[in-house]
Amino acid sequence: MVDKSNKVINALKETGFFKPRKIYDGGKVIVGIIILFALVAFPLLYNMGKAAKVPDPKVNTPEIQKLPEKERVCVEPKKYMTENHMKLLNDWRDWVVREGSRDYIGFTKKKYTMSLQNTCLECHSNYDNFCNECHKYAGITPYCWSCHVEKPEEWAAGKLKEEK
Amino acid sequence: MGFNLAFYFSLFAVIALVLVPLVGAGAGLHVIFGIVIPYLAGFTFLAGLIYRIVKWARTPVPYRIPTTCGQNKSLPWIKRSLRDKLENPENTIYAIGRMALEVLLFRSLFRNLRTELRPWREYPEGGRLIFWSTKWLWLGAIAFHYSFLTVLSRHLKFFTEPVPFFVPLLESADSFLQIYMPAVYMSGIALLAALIYLLGRRIVDPKLHYISLASDYFPLFLILGIGISGVLMRYFLKVDIVAVKELAMGLATFHPKVPEGIGVIFYIHLFLVSTLLAYFPFSKLVHMAGVFFSMTRNMASNNRAIRHVNPWEYPVKVFSYMDQEDMYRKQMKTAGIPLERDIEE
Amino acid sequence: MSEVPKPEELIKKNYSPPEKPWMETKPEFREGRFCNAANPKWLETLDYPYARSWSVTDEDWNLPENWKDIVLENMHDRLNRFRSLRLFFDICVRCGACADKCHFFIGSGDPKNMPVLRAELLRSVYRRYHTVAGKLLGKLAGARELTEDVLKEWFYYLYQCTECRRCSVFCPYGIDMAELTILGRELLSSVGINTEWIMASVGSCYKTGNHIGAPPHAFKDMIDFFCDECEEVTGVRPRPSFNRKGAEILFIAPSGDYFADPGTYTFMGYLLLFDYLDLDYTISGYASEGGNFGYFISHEMGKRLNYKIYSEAKRLGVKWILGGECGHMWRVLNQHMDTWNGPADFLEEPVSPITGTRFENAKSTRTVHICEFTADLIKGNKLKLDKNRNDHIALTYHDSCNPARAMGILEEPRYIIRNVCNNFYEMPENTIRENTFCCGSGSGLNADEFLEVRMRGGLPRANAVRYVHEKHGVNHLGCICAIDRAILPPLLEYWGIDVELTGIHEMVANALVFPGEKKKTVDLRDRTLKGVKSEEIEEEE
Repeated sequence: MVDKSNKVINALKETGFFKPRKIYDGGKVIVGIIILFALVAFPLLYNMGKAAKVPDPKVNTPEIQKLPEKERVCVEPKKYMTENHMKLLNDWRDWVVREGSRDYIGFTKKKYTMSLQNTCLECHSNYDNFCNECHKYAGITPYCWSCHVEKPEEWAAGKLKEEK
Repeated sequence: MGFNLAFYFSLFAVIALVLVPLVGAGAGLHVIFGIVIPYLAGFTFLAGLIYRIVKWARTPVPYRIPTTCGQNKSLPWIKRSLRDKLENPENTIYAIGRMALEVLLFRSLFRNLRTELRPWREYPEGGRLIFWSTKWLWLGAIAFHYSFLTVLSRHLKFFTEPVPFFVPLLESADSFLQIYMPAVYMSGIALLAALIYLLGRRIVDPKLHYISLASDYFPLFLILGIGISGVLMRYFLKVDIVAVKELAMGLATFHPKVPEGIGVIFYIHLFLVSTLLAYFPFSKLVHMAGVFFSMTRNMASNNRAIRHVNPWEYPVKVFSYMDQEDMYRKQMKTAGIPLERDIEE
Repeated sequence: MSEVPKPEELIKKNYSPPEKPWMETKPEFREGRFCNAANPKWLETLDYPYARSWSVTDEDWNLPENWKDIVLENMHDRLNRFRSLRLFFDICVRCGACADKCHFFIGSGDPKNMPVLRAELLRSVYRRYHTVAGKLLGKLAGARELTEDVLKEWFYYLYQCTECRRCSVFCPYGIDMAELTILGRELLSSVGINTEWIMASVGSCYKTGNHIGAPPHAFKDMIDFFCDECEEVTGVRPRPSFNRKGAEILFIAPSGDYFADPGTYTFMGYLLLFDYLDLDYTISGYASEGGNFGYFISHEMGKRLNYKIYSEAKRLGVKWILGGECGHMWRVLNQHMDTWNGPADFLEEPVSPITGTRFENAKSTRTVHICEFTADLIKGNKLKLDKNRNDHIALTYHDSCNPARAMGILEEPRYIIRNVCNNFYEMPENTIRENTFCCGSGSGLNADEFLEVRMRGGLPRANAVRYVHEKHGVNHLGCICAIDRAILPPLLEYWGIDVELTGIHEMVANALVFPGEKKKTVDLRDRTLKGVKSEEIEEEE
């Protein structure tokens, strides 16, 4: 018995439909794929030809250098500070402003006064090479400076000069 | 309402996907989880998506079959509102407008109605149908897609140096409530809330529960996992963000490297994102590309004015007029219907 | 005719799906819920494969030995030919927006009548044979083997879809269940699964010219009878011509309009209107069917039947084609005819001989909808109409699925109605225009043995009619679809709604004032007009 069910398929084969199949609406599809590509590759295209400079925050301010090698540590270990300094500062602010306490015991059992301007910036007086080095890179605008120092760059420059 | 296999399978699959980097990256396989897998996933995403697109594009659209949702263009004096023109587009411009409404505003979902068969004593059969406009699904879908887009755009700050101007703008708009430290992004909350809604309706609505497959739950759990790991990382389990950007920039500029000391939560986040990327083209998520191909939406409804050509149209067997006349010639003549070939006397 | 439960029984239904997952439930082929299997003689007439005697209620459907390969090969073939099929399989996210939009789901509560799940019946097989996940994970990926039970399930549910496209309106990706249904039915046909109702109509249409199987001379008889009727009621005898070469216009109407009341009154309406205009038109006994049941089983069969229209227009040498009031006929004429059997370069761009209006929107297909034609006449002030003659009618208008959602002819009929009728009331807005509800019997499901499902599917439409019937005293339901006119009367009767069906051109003819006519006291159905005293009628008699 002749297989009638495949009549349609056979008729189509005769028209050559199953031979090399082309892309339909090719123009639109290619434009779509280009847009998709552009979106996915945006970072690559955007960064093209620019060497990504890895930030290198400097801890060589005069105030730090004054300290003996062994005491050149922050209030908490370096790794903790890198990841959590914003949280710490936030806690300091709350403790100082809301609870009125000023004393903080560091991980070396050393006592610090909780103050951004007077403690942190005492050592890290190099705003541009320290704070901003990473913040700029990571695209972060901390709101420390909306209360503390209006123009941290200028302030830091003045502070540096003073120290020298 | 019981959960089913599809639900549990998806849930445990995502939990397993969390454990993989937890163990792997925890054991120091940072190159694998920070470079190899993300690259493979990114490649799979792009190649897979193009493969799917090309597969659709290689199949012709034999007939022009727009679903018309407004007055057709016919006689010039018949008034057609802008809505009619957009929902029954007479040309490509309006068809593009229709697609824009569909893609950007989810027009069709906005139409959604809820049908209720309510007991109604006044009717003899004792029931009456009521149709409520219901926008919850639309709202959930819009919240999900736009918050996801916002979250994704914000992540550009990890992949670009210097960060393009719109990213900080977006960030400050997104966090303008200034709650918590670091400031909470509304898009993050919206994304999680929308996901919980979308997941919740699949659990609570018996109809949806009935039709849901593992491939419906899995992406929801996966994106939920991505969202939760991201939130944890930003607000609670801090990681060295500069190192994260170094890694991201390395990936984006094809100079991959793995900075030391990034917390394992980051690798979990990255691994889940990689999974999503690789899974994307081979799942229902391809609707992102597919919606542009939808022939009931993207074609102009000008069928009678411009002929649509089907590339594979083939000749068919027909019963011609002469076949019919041959069959009924005598009767037709008696009935006085004109003939092509008269009866030979 | 099968026994249908009473309306108050039918309306008691549970919209909660069963505990058992859908892949594990099987349809129950109960009386009233399926269309009978096709008689092999029709399949032979049409050169369709696997003509054999079988019955839906049989355990063994007597399928060809390699049925599975045939179905799968055909599915593969359709996937390569119809982007719609592949795309609609791929991109559904099962959001459920379509679920309660289907009249069959609303009327039955059967979860597999949710368009999403009806599509999933096919999609699950696609996954099993065409996706990696489906091949590897099987059921977990929503994939399943093609078995005889699956095939039977396809038959059950694909013949519980009227291709009305309401779900497609609400789908965020525009997934069109009608497309899936047509292609799914093509797969069923490939192994000889067809319904008697459709195949008998198609087979008759193929050989005789129309679904009801009236050969040319019988067809002419019927039309002549309408001319008698017209003369009796209005005093005017229309003078149609048959198969006349050189006429300006070929007029095509669905057979429903000359087969049974109340469609016949619509046909009388056409005849009277054309006579009033002294239109140079002809009717063909070869292309005597506007409708196209072939389209309900396959694109190819649709094309084979549709071929007659252009070929007859060409043979008769007419300038353009005018189409009557019909639903799926216009889906085909609007969206398929030109592609299938065009280009119609032997015709001319349609111009109304009465008003001189050029129908720009039909410049390629060269086929004009009669509502466009008449609306243009009224706008051009070419008809003398006395609206009051329809005062006994309080009308609501049912947008037929295909003209609404595959064409968008929404305003023309309403414009005509407002000009021929004083009492017009719309049904609730979520049940008209693009949101219109199907009559429940489209796409070749208007078989008698299928009554229960039809009554269920018609519930939303009947319910909306009841609303305006009770609120505004509506007593007539107007529509531009022959299937509507045939099946809505039993539907409304079943649901106990005292509303009659009317075509729009019946209303036009009622209102038409012929020059020098005798005083009109009755409408086309011989019913006394409002304001006419019984003495006047007696006087005449």
